[in-house]
Amino acid sequence: MPHDGHGHDDHSELSPIALRVKALESLLIEKGYVDPAALDVLIDTYETKIGPRNGAKVVAKAWTDPAYAKWLKEDATAAIESLGFTGRQGEHMVALFNTPETHNMVVCTLCSCYPWPMLGLPPVWYKSPPYRSRAVIDPRGVLAEFGVALSEKTKISVWDSTAEIRYLVIPMRPANTENLGEEELAGLVNRDSMIGTRLAGKAA
Amino acid sequence: MNGAHDLGGMMGFGPIAAPPSEPVFHEKWEGRMAALAMTVPGDWSIDEDRSACESMHPAKYLKTSYYEHWLHGLEFLLKKYTPDSSSPMRPEDIWAALTARRSYTRDVQTPAAFTIGQKIRVRIMNPTTHTRAPRYVRGHVGEVVKIHGAHVFPDSNAVARGENPQWLYTLRFTAKELWGHASNDSVMLDLWEPYLEPA
Amino acid sequence: MMGFGPIAPEANEPLFHAPWERRALAISLAMGGTRQWNIDMSRHAREKIPSAQYWSLSYYEIWMEGLKRLLTERGLLDASIKKLPVLEAANVAPVLARGSPYTRNATAKPLFKIGDRVKVRNLHPEGHTRLPGYLRGATGEIALYHKAHVFPDSNAQGAGENPQHLYTLRFKARDVFGANTDDVLHADLFEPYLEAA
Repeated sequence: MPHDGHGHDDHSELSPIALRVKALESLLIEKGYVDPAALDVLIDTYETKIGPRNGAKVVAKAWTDPAYAKWLKEDATAAIESLGFTGRQGEHMVALFNTPETHNMVVCTLCSCYPWPMLGLPPVWYKSPPYRSRAVIDPRGVLAEFGVALSEKTKISVWDSTAEIRYLVIPMRPANTENLGEEELAGLVNRDSMIGTRLAGKAA
Repeated sequence: MNGAHDLGGMMGFGPIAAPPSEPVFHEKWEGRMAALAMTVPGDWSIDEDRSACESMHPAKYLKTSYYEHWLHGLEFLLKKYTPDSSSPMRPEDIWAALTARRSYTRDVQTPAAFTIGQKIRVRIMNPTTHTRAPRYVRGHVGEVVKIHGAHVFPDSNAVARGENPQWLYTLRFTAKELWGHASNDSVMLDLWEPYLEPA
Repeated sequence: MMGFGPIAPEANEPLFHAPWERRALAISLAMGGTRQWNIDMSRHAREKIPSAQYWSLSYYEIWMEGLKRLLTERGLLDASIKKLPVLEAANVAPVLARGSPYTRNATAKPLFKIGDRVKVRNLHPEGHTRLPGYLRGATGEIALYHKAHVFPDSNAQGAGENPQHLYTLRFKARDVFGANTDDVLHADLFEPYLEAA
């Protein structure tokens, strides 16, 4: 259990940072500022309930429903909300549609802004100095690291999320997927393709 | 402030380690930390919170992980503010709190100073407090591609000087303009009107 | 950059803060005497230390880390023994006294003269450079001309000394940092960093 123990055995296995967090948590619980059960629910929410499959649903719908795609282009916040995805770090959404001419890629050089309701919590690489420093100055080099080689003719548009606007990349629909339904299509949409560091998966 | 968090264009950090899959939280304490930061009933804004994370020493900021920045931020804010213990968040409140529709747009009386398609220069500025104008765009000329309405202005909000809403624009800068690259790539940024001046 | 905290000068600061610092200085200078690298290469080796580590190391720790990298890159720490021109004790005084001048004969005439308005190019090289990030794109005035010097950007890569004209530029703090002052600042910049304003 995460918060059951005052036992020395428990503590002796913790790293210094883990001890510091535990000390803070204990103090805040003691003061009544936080409810330990609420902490458990929160963790569970991001571990099991909110994640990139939300974004994948948005992308798959945009691929199959032209009216929805149009709405997403014009008012992404409302179009995404219509699928039930709202909340913290997704308050103002803009959808960026990749085309053969333009490949979009999202970064936050200043912190790690990321559309949580659509993609969950960001992966470590997105939050780390290598990505945050290089995405704006060497996007092609970054893509190469992710195994993506774009045509020289494709222009890269990097979006640095400096405000509370959050960007969701709508990757290009893979070839030979005309017969797939929305659910199967959503299965081809990986998290990184919605950040812009990978392409959507190929049809099986 | 020109802190270690302002990473755009920095070199030397090595490859981007992106494993094919990774857990949401790498260690238990990370989950506890994320949950604490989201449940403490603090009377501070997201801008004050970011500013608190940025106040770490640069060496420490770069050596520590994302959630350790959060820990630093929360410790910093708790030294300044006393949370309200009368109504701690309950387990049943979490989903509603996380999915509540919030907004940073505000009504303002003044019209937007710039129009779509206009060429705009980012002011050369070096505030010692929180700002969302990264160093790498200051002094450079971009084009307005989108107007988002007036939004809460972080530079004021972070120092508890009120929301002071300002017009928010997306500007497009060519890689050539920013980095001297011979490429046709571009970088888009959201910038508030006080950062900008006619080119 | 901001956020590093106060400068905290020490009263009665010792020349070395620990005995090992003394050794670090000596080892570094002595290894420099073996001519396995030049000063620009040793600067570059130190700059390549990842930022988080760089900013948490002290000056001599940075020297030691840079030295370790130079030695490793050149295979000088592996089992083999290479014959190097070793700096002998008797030569230390004359070597230090001689120093190593960096002025060279130029191959072309200087493009700029004192008083010219010039703009610093927007350069972002991946290798070593002596052009500080904050001056990119700034416009200043040529205040001094130093004739041609070894060009660090080439020399650090082992691409030869490639001498270039060196100028001192004067900038208004207002132009560089948007500061509301009449302060000026100066920097020594090589001709390839500059273009006519």
